Amino acid sequence: MSVLESRSLATLSRRGFFGRLGVGAVAATALPQLAGCDSNDPILTGQAVVLDFSTDFGVLNYAYALEQLEYAFYLQVTQTAYFQSASAEEKAILDDLRQHEKVHVDFLAAAIPALGGTLIRNLTPDFSSVDFSSRTSVLSTAQALEDTGVSAYNGAGQYLRDTGLLTIAGKIVSVEARHAAAIRDVFLGGAAFAGDDVVNPSTGLDVVATPAAVLAAAGGFITDDIQLMNVPS
Amino acid sequence: MKTVFDILAPEAAQALESRRMALVTLGKISAGFALASVPAIGLANRAYAQTSGDPISVLNFALTLEYLEDAYYRMGLDSGIVPTGLPQTYVQQVSKHETAHVALLTSAITGAGGTPVQFDDDDFDFTAGGFDPFSDYNLFLALAQGFEDTGVRAYKGQAANLSTGGGSLNSTLTTALQIHSVEARHASQIRRLRGQQGWITQNNHTLGAAFDGIYAGEGNISQGGIDVSTITDIGADGITEAFDELLTSDQVLAIAGPFIMA
Repeated sequence: MSVLESRSLATLSRRGFFGRLGVGAVAATALPQLAGCDSNDPILTGQAVVLDFSTDFGVLNYAYALEQLEYAFYLQVTQTAYFQSASAEEKAILDDLRQHEKVHVDFLAAAIPALGGTLIRNLTPDFSSVDFSSRTSVLSTAQALEDTGVSAYNGAGQYLRDTGLLTIAGKIVSVEARHAAAIRDVFLGGAAFAGDDVVNPSTGLDVVATPAAVLAAAGGFITDDIQLMNVPS
Repeated sequence: MKTVFDILAPEAAQALESRRMALVTLGKISAGFALASVPAIGLANRAYAQTSGDPISVLNFALTLEYLEDAYYRMGLDSGIVPTGLPQTYVQQVSKHETAHVALLTSAITGAGGTPVQFDDDDFDFTAGGFDPFSDYNLFLALAQGFEDTGVRAYKGQAANLSTGGGSLNSTLTTALQIHSVEARHASQIRRLRGQQGWITQNNHTLGAAFDGIYAGEGNISQGGIDVSTITDIGADGITEAFDELLTSDQVLAIAGPFIMA
């Protein structure tokens, strides 16, 4: 299967829309450091999605994978049973999170090709382990996804070569941290918004994780085989 | 790019006009805040007014903000203005982190061969301008929100200065990012305690006009040269909520400087 064939219709139509608007040229001008990276595109080996961290595109696709997962989760949440019975506050939070993650997905889906990279294919999330009629199941999953997102971005910032992209990653991770705090507060309360289980009480430092650890943590929700390459260590 | 003087000038003028009107109410916080902007001009002499972007300067800039936050929460807790129960639980957790950040950054700067800035609680005046966050819990939370949202933006603005080119491990940058996201957790919680959303919509806020600088630019919908409104079906409010914006060190100085008397 070629790279092109592996893409969903949704991805193709998004790229088409993007191209018609001519946004790509603007973006390429804004971030010239990433021009011409043909050899650095993600590699599809059979069914495996390869995230090659030898360029920033690998890092961006890593973020794109996680954002896809988050968005797919909140989309399903807002269409299923628990959400219908949730308090107004929790509804508002969960629907805001759906919107924010959609923005992150759409942005990365546009930015990666605009900068000359190749998007990984759309992942196939598997939330069969989540009971979408259960408040505990929904909110604990949301908590895990948000904390994992924070740890992933915190760990990946150092890999980014382009400081403009580093700043953009920073713009996203603080929003994920805001999410994590809100979900933890409505779910667990007390000091959990920045609990000692995620913010080291001695150093005041938030969670950080390697891509391998993040994929291991998120793997239960992803059916795709994701392989990491050239992760700095 | 705006300089610290561009930001301060109109606020300072407004402050002189409204100095006597500064009252201990949320509605009047703008007058007090603007008044407090005046002494910030003197800050350029201090080491923490970093402009060079070298890592030690960046860390001292961050350390200055952490000292300010640390003093604020400890003084707030000591004042008795924070209600017992959950409010104290929240504020104690935040305070604990700010104290830890001061120690961590001090150690990091020393370890990197630099000289860490040092402040005493007396170096800060959170009552400058005629309002007193330590006698009004709502005011205390309002100023806390301002400090936390500023802190998030301040760290974000320095991330690029801590980059060593990417593609390899960079513990200084990673540490800064780990503090950055903690500030964001704090900001979310304090905003929600005030009945706000945990995230920032456009450049909206409920802190009074003199706090506009804290949220300046948050209405941005263009990222990396891409007008995000053209590539998503989510509206502009959601787009601005999904990306927190940065502040330059000059912008941060204009916001935080007024509370630093040294």
